[in-house]
Amino acid sequence: MIEARFKPGEPVRVRKAYPLGHIRTPFYVRGHGGVIERLCGTFGNPEELAQMRSGEPKQPLYRVRFLQSEVWPGYRGNPEDALEVEIFQHWLE
Amino acid sequence: MGGLPAGKVELTEHDYAEWEWRVDALMVLLTGVKGGKRLMTVDELRKNIEALGPDAYDRMRYYERWVTSITQTMIQRGVITTEELGRKMAEIEQRDRSQV
Repeated sequence: MIEARFKPGEPVRVRKAYPLGHIRTPFYVRGHGGVIERLCGTFGNPEELAQMRSGEPKQPLYRVRFLQSEVWPGYRGNPEDALEVEIFQHWLE
Repeated sequence: MGGLPAGKVELTEHDYAEWEWRVDALMVLLTGVKGGKRLMTVDELRKNIEALGPDAYDRMRYYERWVTSITQTMIQRGVITTEELGRKMAEIEQRDRSQV
């Protein structure tokens, strides 16, 4: 199991990477900055589990909050509108 | 889907066909959550759905994508062979035709 590196409230940025394979990190948040909302637990790495491997070591999974205006160019809603996405630690920096 | 422009979200529930319930049950059994042997993971289901061509993805119903992905996974894992699958499909087609 990999230790959790981030704490709630901490600012993070999603890695801007586009490898092949099965990836749970949505394209639209890659490269964007958000804040750790909470740690959801540790889970088998889906990128490995999808390829018939064990998914070990387990990876911390976080709920990350992004401002809609930071994610979508020209967002016209309330400037405080937020979007929460669950992202594995190895996609955050 | 995935941040791409799309139409309105349809919030109404709809009835499932018998085969759709069966595909759902099949996935429950194959992932071993009921205590059986784990023959696949939900991540493999998702991977093989993502591997469908964009036209196939749009054309297929929800559980059609599932059953296609489950089948692909069973072949990749060697649980069934393409030959067994092909013969079984032909057999069922024949059986259905003889019932008409």
